[in-house]
Amino acid sequence: MVKLPEPRSGESPYLRVKDLRVRFDTEDGVVRAVDGVSFSVERGRTLGIVGESGSGKSVTSLAILGLHNAKRAAISGEISVGGRQLVGMPEEEVRRLRGRDMAMIFQDPLSALHPYYTVGRQIAEAYRVHHPRAGKREARGRAVDMLGRVGIPQPGKRFDQYPHEFSGGMRQRAMIAMALVNDPDLLIADEPTTALDVTVQAQILDLLEDLQGEFRSAIILITHDLGVVSQVADDVLVMYGGRAVEHGSVEQVLRRPQHPYTWGLLSSVPSLHGDADADLVPIKGNPPSLINLPSGCAFHPRCRYADRNGDRSRTEVPELRPAGEAGHLVACHLPADERTRLYQQDIAQVGVAQ
Amino acid sequence: MTEPLLKVRGLTKHFPVRDGFRARGAVRAVDGLDFDVRPGETLGLVGESGCGKTTTGRMLVRLLDATSGSIEFDGRDITHARRAQLRPLRQDLQIIFQDPYASLNPRHTVGRIVAMPLQVNGINPPGGIKKRVQELLELVGLNPEHYNRYPHEFSGGQRQRIGIARALALRPKLIVADEPVSALDVSIQAQVINLLRDLQRDLDLAFVFIAHDLAVVRHFCHRVAVMYLGKIVEIGDRDDIYQRPQHPYTRALLSAIPDVTTLGPAGRIRLAGDVPTPLNPPSGCRFRTRCWKAQDRCATEEPPLITRDGGGQLTACHFPETGTISQDSGPVGATAEEVSK
Amino acid sequence: MFRFVVRRLLVAGVTLVVISLVTFGLFFAVPSSPAKVMCGKNCTAADIAQVEQRLGIDQPLPRQYAGFVKGIFVGRTYGSGDFRQDCPAPCLGYSFRNNQPVTEIIAQRLPVTFSIVFGGAVLWLVLGISLGMVSALRRGTVFDRTAIGITLAGASMQVYFFGLILLYLLVYATGLLPFPSYTPLTENPGRWAVGLLLPWMTLGFLNSALYARLSRAQMLETLSEDFVRTARAKGLSARQVHTRHALRAAITPIVTIAGLDIGTSLGGTFITETIFGLQGLGKATVEAVQFLNLPVVMATVLLAAVFIVVANIVVDVLYAVIDPRVRLS
Repeated sequence: MVKLPEPRSGESPYLRVKDLRVRFDTEDGVVRAVDGVSFSVERGRTLGIVGESGSGKSVTSLAILGLHNAKRAAISGEISVGGRQLVGMPEEEVRRLRGRDMAMIFQDPLSALHPYYTVGRQIAEAYRVHHPRAGKREARGRAVDMLGRVGIPQPGKRFDQYPHEFSGGMRQRAMIAMALVNDPDLLIADEPTTALDVTVQAQILDLLEDLQGEFRSAIILITHDLGVVSQVADDVLVMYGGRAVEHGSVEQVLRRPQHPYTWGLLSSVPSLHGDADADLVPIKGNPPSLINLPSGCAFHPRCRYADRNGDRSRTEVPELRPAGEAGHLVACHLPADERTRLYQQDIAQVGVAQ
Repeated sequence: MTEPLLKVRGLTKHFPVRDGFRARGAVRAVDGLDFDVRPGETLGLVGESGCGKTTTGRMLVRLLDATSGSIEFDGRDITHARRAQLRPLRQDLQIIFQDPYASLNPRHTVGRIVAMPLQVNGINPPGGIKKRVQELLELVGLNPEHYNRYPHEFSGGQRQRIGIARALALRPKLIVADEPVSALDVSIQAQVINLLRDLQRDLDLAFVFIAHDLAVVRHFCHRVAVMYLGKIVEIGDRDDIYQRPQHPYTRALLSAIPDVTTLGPAGRIRLAGDVPTPLNPPSGCRFRTRCWKAQDRCATEEPPLITRDGGGQLTACHFPETGTISQDSGPVGATAEEVSK
Repeated sequence: MFRFVVRRLLVAGVTLVVISLVTFGLFFAVPSSPAKVMCGKNCTAADIAQVEQRLGIDQPLPRQYAGFVKGIFVGRTYGSGDFRQDCPAPCLGYSFRNNQPVTEIIAQRLPVTFSIVFGGAVLWLVLGISLGMVSALRRGTVFDRTAIGITLAGASMQVYFFGLILLYLLVYATGLLPFPSYTPLTENPGRWAVGLLLPWMTLGFLNSALYARLSRAQMLETLSEDFVRTARAKGLSARQVHTRHALRAAITPIVTIAGLDIGTSLGGTFITETIFGLQGLGKATVEAVQFLNLPVVMATVLLAAVFIVVANIVVDVLYAVIDPRVRLS
């Protein structure tokens, strides 16, 4: 059984995901979008889930909120939110938690907001659905208040504007206001800054951090951008092919990475520092197809070190095991000392890995 | 010094905005650009959305007509050249697009796509078109045996390689690359950047490389032009731009990039607000509404793009920054305290 | 909004002028002359000339057109002396066939077509949209598949065929309904409705098949939109998500098509009118064309154009009401 990183404070984690599996039956075959992933997040902390397209990171977040179509997705494992088991819970009960105890911010705020309703009305609606006794005026007051708190100037006036009258950054702020209007304990942000310009991204990341200090929510930040993770996450989960390959504190995963895939990500990202003329070291090949996942370690066809333990990488799925330091887990067949040596030798000099 | 391959002077593109039948104004997408690209040189055009970098790229390859200004390529003025006049030029001037899938005809095989520029221009290379196409596929790291496959059978990164092979078919002198890696996964990005770098070196290609990601540009370009609201605010050699940026906007842009080498919220320069609309850009210096150093003068007087030290680094700012940013470690946030909220 | 409507009305005016010019031109390009048709077989050239003179079609084309336009706005006078006939504005002339004022013909025929289209549209909109929406929400179920099968059959059926089947089944075979007839609504609402039930069903069922397919496709597309996911993530119930968020967005393009369909139908539902023997505008138009009855042709063609143009403007205004993004530009 996988041992999770111990919570750092005495508090038990608000979100606990254990052996989560999400499967879709499609015409082309069974897609194992998430294949046995476990993690937990406490209030006031941020978990960054990193992965490329098809890694299962977004499917995981939608599974937590119960937003998958029950007819098409088969979900197993445990998702415990504030002590309540969500897998198998009746839809009506999950619905009551959605938006109140757990909320979500999406990648593209323009398409995530309804084009025909004013921004304020959409936020007020999110409040009223969980406060059925609140009147129109109370909901409006609350929405205006939230707009102001996410840094939107003249919130009273902005309340009555439509999404297309907002700039990209303001729209994402409005989305955040909507997600936080019921003071949720868990906030999932799925690529919240990918569609934004870099200077606006910095504003939004700062805002998320300030708001976390204020609301003390547990945050899951899903992104492909290691830079974003390094700025705001406390813990990092690296996913590949629907499985977790590395898990630990941000310090451990980005400074002392243990999995060859994490190495590959770090050495292939161009950086503002270091030798600009040096070649990047990309990961060879392409991300795998979830319908036809490589046997054994899903990363083995792209791994430079897959041949070092005979056939093991091709035949046996590596389990997530302690990587040395407390709380640092890695799913790799390479022995610990060899990993450390290879990292020092091959990787530490390139890209942002230094 | 060699003659520039591409010489752009006062390049301007205004898109008229109509209200019924009357013109109501214009989106000043690109407003008076001057820059050169020498043979074999890579120039990065960087900036946020709405800065006009993509419009510029499209004007360079004449997919859009300039409102005013001139584009001189290989000694000839091509600003208003007609189709027939453009044809010989098309061989020397190619473009690569952001979305590799949208720019490839899904009903054509890869072989046909890559061969198209050769056939259109009536070129019959020694050994035949097929041989040349297979050489090209090999050059960009694709299996030449995949000649008969269709675009949908390839991954995103491979599709971008197909686009590159097509651009290379006519042995161009200059390639305009519009965000060629931003639609790709992180691990694939590096593959394509390395490929472009190798091709640039081996074939001595000149590039105008359009991107929003400054880290990518740093790894690919010799020179960099930073654009803001249709204007170049700073242009210079790569090391000058990244180590000694003089324009506050360049500094802010560099400091906003979350870098893995610094954990936790680094002392970032936080720019307030969004980019203003190019329909009605601020008077004087266009960056002043978000600039923490802005004075009255910035609103009345547009800063010219000039050198500060007699060198090749040009900056359009009344109050340029001095000082070096360390490239070895640490954030760019030296001026974070000065930031106005 | 006001400026928008004014501008659209100006454009509409130009459109109508062009359409009337084309109709006029086409009419005279036809080799046969209405005078010949009216005069009969044993007509001398002199007789024909006389008839032409009486009808006013011996005049040069521009003058005829000018007279026609003048008649609409200020009225005109035909003939002189004993044959003098005053035709006050809006004058659309007199039928070549029976000398009935065209305005009177229109006044008789229009309510019939209006009634047919009104009932049919209510039926096809309610039936089509609700069927499509429910199908989309129950995608893949037996209900959905059955509905899709029926609508496919409906969409590929022709009005005359389906109309005749209904006529046979409900009137001749079972006698459930009387043969369709038109009774003015103001006279007897009950008989008005019963008399028009068959044409309503014919138009309604066939069009609702199209609307069901359209609504289903629109709804499915909307259900996969990000904002629907946002609505669910807020904790709204399925019902709220569907009605408040999905339906509103899905219905917009349907409004457009419905508006244009209704506008077009008001110009005349010839086949339906013919099958059920109803004296509507469509029938009037076709008969007028057969007899080269220029004044009636001109009037009905123009009227049909007016309906389409007005429907277009109404649709645009509705669009702006539904979609705030349209309002600014």
